[in-house]
Amino acid sequence: MSLRKFLDKIKPNFEEGGKFHWLYSTYDAFETFLYVPATTSKSGVHIHDARDSKRTMVIVIIALIPALLMGMYNVGYQHYLAINTQAGFWGTFLYGFLAILPQIVVSYVVGLGIEFAMAQVKKEEVAEGFLVSGLLIPMIMPVDTPLWMIAVATAFSVIFAKEVFGGTGYNIFNVALIARAFLFFAYPSKMSGDQVWVRTADTFGLGGGNVVDSFSGATPLGQLAVSDAARFGDFTFQGITGNPLSLWDMFVGLIPGSVGEVSTLAILLGAVLLIITGVGSWKTMISVFLGGLFTILLLNLFALNASMEMPPQYHFLLGGFAFGAVFMATDPVTSARTEKGKWIFGFLIGVVAILIRIFNPGYPEGMMLAILFMNAFAPLIDFYVVDANIKRRLKRAALPNNH
Amino acid sequence: MANRIKIKKGLQIPLLGKPEETFRGEITSEYVQVCPEDFQGITPKLKVKVGDTVKAGQALFFSKMYPDMMFASPASGTVTAIDRGEKRRILNVTVKADRENVYEDYGKKEIATLSAEEIKKALLNAGIWFVIKQRPYDVVANPGKEPRDIFVTGFDTAPLAPSYDFILKGQEADLQTGLNALAKLTKGKVYLSISPNTKNEGLRNAKNVTITEFEGPHPAGNTGVQINHLAPVNRGETVWTLNALDVLFIGRLFNKGVVDLTRTVALTGSEIKQTGYYKILIGTQLTKLFAGNVSGKGNLRHISGNVLTGTKITGDGVLRANHSQVTVIPEGDDVHEAFGWASVSPKRYSAGATYLQLKKAYRLDARLMGGPRAIIVSNEYDKVFPMDIFPEQLIKSILAFNIDKMEQLGIYEVAPEDFALCEFVDTSKLELQRIVRTGLDMLRKEME
Repeated sequence: MSLRKFLDKIKPNFEEGGKFHWLYSTYDAFETFLYVPATTSKSGVHIHDARDSKRTMVIVIIALIPALLMGMYNVGYQHYLAINTQAGFWGTFLYGFLAILPQIVVSYVVGLGIEFAMAQVKKEEVAEGFLVSGLLIPMIMPVDTPLWMIAVATAFSVIFAKEVFGGTGYNIFNVALIARAFLFFAYPSKMSGDQVWVRTADTFGLGGGNVVDSFSGATPLGQLAVSDAARFGDFTFQGITGNPLSLWDMFVGLIPGSVGEVSTLAILLGAVLLIITGVGSWKTMISVFLGGLFTILLLNLFALNASMEMPPQYHFLLGGFAFGAVFMATDPVTSARTEKGKWIFGFLIGVVAILIRIFNPGYPEGMMLAILFMNAFAPLIDFYVVDANIKRRLKRAALPNNH
Repeated sequence: MANRIKIKKGLQIPLLGKPEETFRGEITSEYVQVCPEDFQGITPKLKVKVGDTVKAGQALFFSKMYPDMMFASPASGTVTAIDRGEKRRILNVTVKADRENVYEDYGKKEIATLSAEEIKKALLNAGIWFVIKQRPYDVVANPGKEPRDIFVTGFDTAPLAPSYDFILKGQEADLQTGLNALAKLTKGKVYLSISPNTKNEGLRNAKNVTITEFEGPHPAGNTGVQINHLAPVNRGETVWTLNALDVLFIGRLFNKGVVDLTRTVALTGSEIKQTGYYKILIGTQLTKLFAGNVSGKGNLRHISGNVLTGTKITGDGVLRANHSQVTVIPEGDDVHEAFGWASVSPKRYSAGATYLQLKKAYRLDARLMGGPRAIIVSNEYDKVFPMDIFPEQLIKSILAFNIDKMEQLGIYEVAPEDFALCEFVDTSKLELQRIVRTGLDMLRKEME
């Protein structure tokens, strides 16, 4: 217990009257990270559930890890495909790992730095929410996003999407998606098109080489958006070297796209963990898919072009649909908070995401905008769900005598 | 056959230290102490001063708002101390008890011959009116306002709760007399809620009441939940609530003519070596109860009541007025658990599935197990709140003190105890019962 003794020794410096009292929140964050606080209840219940905010966030992070690892592998896979070199399993993974790691570090350093400073100013404990957002941010960016852009976007979203509203628990919009949306609108050339999804340059000297002639870095959804095929049957999704992509490739995640979204298989693993532990709402997840399915089938019926004809399985496997449904729509703070509300909230996300995909010529993918759009409407959905309860109560009171 | 209502939402927290159904004797103490804070919503005015002698059942203080409402001394003896706190608020009144309790004689009375007014007067005057609480506000009932209905709960589902069947055995006559008295106090119904497992004849075959069985986990035994399912409280209505053990005091007053504030108390909790039941007078110091019967490891938390709604007392504290249970658990302020957020320890209990769910009883201490946060996780309170009310939205309206919203969302139907399980499971570690209590008090001030 020497670490404990050390903490006890330095603790007085951070308490009221101590030299470093202005750093108390920081000290507290590290102490509570290392040890469960020994604070006992002062009012109300005498015992508490072992689940706290830290536990909740850690479960989400664990759920993200399969998608992150698959994403890293895919970054390497696409890279070596582009330069037509064999690097073996570990070499491939290492390349992706080294490409993504700096982005994660930058996102955490910038975001947590701001969070710590804000907690310090407000004299509060540091909330854990950014531990998840900070990992999500690099996972929903194209791999070639420059580090400075990740830093700027993270700072922007933490300050303007979260802290100005009061911090974790009070934000209206999903913090990670705001970071992405910020870059999407501020630096569109770096966030879309067909140059950003595959890292072709070397990483720390690893994986240098020349890109093959047939290379094209467009994502499958991007290919479909610019295709002039009249029917979906005439169209084939291609990998970056022109090879046709199978449904299996899309399911496992060997396709160009944002880092975390490519592997539906890995996302499903995360979804299973979130659902079993009850940390993510299965109602939201299922309803996003239901909303998507409904819209797709409807559009399939009245299909006028290839993208309207695309069957549901492609929609669900491509782009950020699954990732958004599992990890973004379920963010409890920005989602609807009532159970009925979650069904409506999720369903509409599915509907809007597919509509943007198919009808907006500028954006091949609609998930980000659909979720942000519905974030804005979540309080309204809850309002009507709660209002039904209020109306029932008023009606009951108006009856002369109810027994 | 009684109606049966099934409660699905809720949580039975599996704690170590269930009370063994054995009667282990009587506990007495030299001094008996009454704490006015036990009587919610009452401003006490003293009726005695230090040095006065009182009989058991004579008033120690009365209510400032309703001067007829007396508060009885549980024991006969001499008033030795009156402790005051901030703003001269009375903290407690201490009586040095006689060796043999001498009772004030209120005379045996036949309920059938009494009018409602006479019964009410008798209860107020004898100083046991405090057993009747009211909704809205969850305070000692306003005697001036006639209740729409009266709700009596005949079982307790809280963690390690005492068995009403065991306690009521042999006291069925007093229970029935008490229920008869209550039936006279309302033009509406007296609802008695019982557990489907109850075998006590006094509960199962009670007369003059509407019996309903409530099946399910805690808080099925809370009156708030029962009212919400039977006949919810609307704006402008008042209902009274009691538990069956408190009804005994009313029965004894009319059957025996005395105020006998003896409770049969369950001694429970993981740190108790030998659990069981004791006869204890309200206000008795519990030193002898704990002596030699608690574990010696680490700091302890002594609770009068249960782990969800009880009052923290010291090892020489007293049995509080509303409790038929005493619990001792570890305090936990000397425990430093490393990396709790990554723990897979089987000692940790969670209602959710972020920990392994084991079929065993747990030894939980009083730590918060985390730090206070803003409300983040949704649908957490709802899962343990079996009422047609949105708990999270109601809490938020209280925090904002938005009276219209509070009314619309059902503030009149709830008591702090209804939020106890929400507070237990809360990931954000908020003091929900305190929030609800403050909200009710502020609302009452505003409305009355």
